[in-house]
Amino acid sequence: MIALEARELALHFGGIKAVDGISFQVPERSVFTLIGPNGAGKTTVFNLISRIYEPTAGRLIFEGRDITTVPPHDIARRGIARTFQNIELFENATVLQNLLLGRHAHAAGNVVAELMFLPGVRRREIAHREAVERVIDFLNLEPHRDTLISGLSYGVRKIVELGRALCTEPRLLLLDEPSSGLNPEETDDLVFWIQDIRDILGITVLMVEHDMGLVSKVSDHVLALNHGQVIASGTPGAVKSDPQVVKAYLGG
Amino acid sequence: MRYQFKTSYDRDIDLFGDAAQRNWYLALLAVLCAAPLVLEQFWLGELSYVFILSIAAVGLMLLTGYTGQVSLCHGAFLGIGAYAYAVLLQRGVPFFVAAPLASLITAGVGAAIGFPALRLVGIYLAMATLAFNFIVEYVFVHWDSVTGGFSGFAVPQPTVFGYSIVDYPLFYYLTLAALLFALFVANNIMRAPTGRALIALRDSEVAAQSMGVKLTRYKTISFALSAGLTGFAGAFFAHKIGYLAPDAFGILLSIQLLLMVVVGGLGSFRGAIFGALFVGALPSVIALLRDFLPQSVARQPGLEPGLFGLILIGFILFEPHGIEGRWRKLRLFFSQFPMYRVATFKKQKSFTKSERFR
Repeated sequence: MIALEARELALHFGGIKAVDGISFQVPERSVFTLIGPNGAGKTTVFNLISRIYEPTAGRLIFEGRDITTVPPHDIARRGIARTFQNIELFENATVLQNLLLGRHAHAAGNVVAELMFLPGVRRREIAHREAVERVIDFLNLEPHRDTLISGLSYGVRKIVELGRALCTEPRLLLLDEPSSGLNPEETDDLVFWIQDIRDILGITVLMVEHDMGLVSKVSDHVLALNHGQVIASGTPGAVKSDPQVVKAYLGG
Repeated sequence: MRYQFKTSYDRDIDLFGDAAQRNWYLALLAVLCAAPLVLEQFWLGELSYVFILSIAAVGLMLLTGYTGQVSLCHGAFLGIGAYAYAVLLQRGVPFFVAAPLASLITAGVGAAIGFPALRLVGIYLAMATLAFNFIVEYVFVHWDSVTGGFSGFAVPQPTVFGYSIVDYPLFYYLTLAALLFALFVANNIMRAPTGRALIALRDSEVAAQSMGVKLTRYKTISFALSAGLTGFAGAFFAHKIGYLAPDAFGILLSIQLLLMVVVGGLGSFRGAIFGALFVGALPSVIALLRDFLPQSVARQPGLEPGLFGLILIGFILFEPHGIEGRWRKLRLFFSQFPMYRVATFKKQKSFTKSERFR
C-alpha cells in the first residue's frame, strides 16, 4: 500500500524553482528519508505536504485521496502530523498542555458547553488525557509533565514536539531534522523511537535528516534531492554511494 | 514545601489545584461577602467599581494575555455593552434579560470586528482597533435617536428583588456575583480545548495550524468572548457612572484597560484582577497623595496620566510579568523559605527562531 504519493510536485518562487517537479511514493509502514544539501528543497516539500505552501503544480495523494487543496488546519484531522526544524512548541505552556493541543484535531469543540464546562466536556477531557498519557509513557516524558517548555533543554523539547505530533494519532508522521541539536546518546534514543513508531504504532514516517548514521540505521528508503530535483532514490546504501549524490555534497 | 499530589485526571481538570487553594479562595469570598457589615457605602462603591473593571480586564486578558492579540478598543466594547443595556432598560426589558442580552450584542460586534482584524498582527492590529474605538465614539455621538447624542441620557434604575438596583449593598453583591460568573466562564474556557487552541495560536500560529487549529475560527471566538465579557461589565458600568455620554468611552478608557492587563501580568486572570484593583484604586491614592505634596506639584493638571505612564514604564522595565509575577515570586519565597534561590525566575536564554512563517 502507498501511504503518500507526490506527482510532479512543483513550487516556484518567482524564478526560483524551490521544488521542480518531483515525484515519489512513500510505502505504508516504512521510514522514508529525504536528504540533500542545504537549499535542496527538503523542508519545502514538508511545507507543501502540510499545506503551508501552495504548490505551483502537481498533486499530493494521501491514502488514495487528493489533499492538494485541503486547508492546512484540516491536515491533522486527515492523519498527517509534523514536527518543525526549529522547534515550534507553545513556550509558555506546560508539556502536558502542549501534548493536549496535539489532541485538538479530535477535540470537537462546542464553545457554549465549554463555557459552562458541562459533564460531557469533562468526560472528553479525561479521554484526551488518557491518550496523552500513553504518549508520555511511550516517550518517557513523565518527569517533565508539568514543566513549562521555556524551562526545558533543547533535547527534551525535540522529544516533546515528537510527542505532540504523536498525540494527533497520525498515520503519517513528518519529522523535519529530528536529530538536529541532539547529542549522540539522544540521537541513539531517537533511532529506537523511530523504529518503534513504525513497528509498534504502525505509523509511516517521512523525514528530512542530515545525520547519515541515523539515516542508514532507520530508513527503508532514501530520496536525494538537489536544486529541487530528485537525483537519486533507493536503499540508504545505494543512495550514499550514488555518484550524483557524492557530487552534490562534495562538489566537483 | 507543598507539592500537589494528583491521583486522578479530575484533580488536574478541576478549577482549584487542591483543597488548601480552594479554602483560601472561599475565605476571601467570605470576607468579601461580609464586607458590607463593616465598610461604609463609599468603600463598597469603590469595591464594586473594581469588580466591574475586573470583569472587563478578564475579558481583555482572554484576548491579549491568552490569545496574544492587542486591543485598543475595549473601552468601546464597554461602551457598546453599557449603551445596549441602558437602551434595553429604557424599552422596559427587565435587568436579568437586559444584562445578558447586552453581553451577547457586544459579543456579536466583537466577532464582526474580529473577522476583518484576523490578518492583522502586532502594531497593525493595535491601529485597527484604535480606529474602531473612534468609530464607535462617533456612532455614540451621532446616533441621536438611540444614544441621545453628545449630551447622552441618564441610565434607568430598575428594581431587582424589590430594591432599586443602585442601592447598596445590593449593587455590591450583584457586581460580586457578576465577577464570579465571569471568572467561572473564563476559567472554564481556558481549561477546555478552545482555551488551549487560543494559547497555541498566541505562541506559534504555524504549529497551531498544523495541529488542526483553524486560525480564523479561534481568533473570532477569542474576540467574541472577550467583547462579550467586556460588554457584560458595561451593563454594570452604566449604573456605576449613572449617566451615559460618549466621552466616557474614549481611547483613555481603552488604554486604562490595557494598562490593567499589562500591570497585572499577561496570561493570568488573577493578574487581570490585580491590575483592575491597582488601576481602579490609583486615582483614589493619587487624590490622597495630593494633600501631602507641595502645592506646585499637587496642582499640576497632568499628574494622574503622568503617574499612570510612569508606572507602566516601571513595570515593563523591572517586572514584565506584572503584579502576578511578583505575587508568584513572593509565594515561592515563603513556600521554599529558607531554600529560595534568587535565580529561579531568571529568564533562560531562548533559542533562536530563524525560520518562522508568519
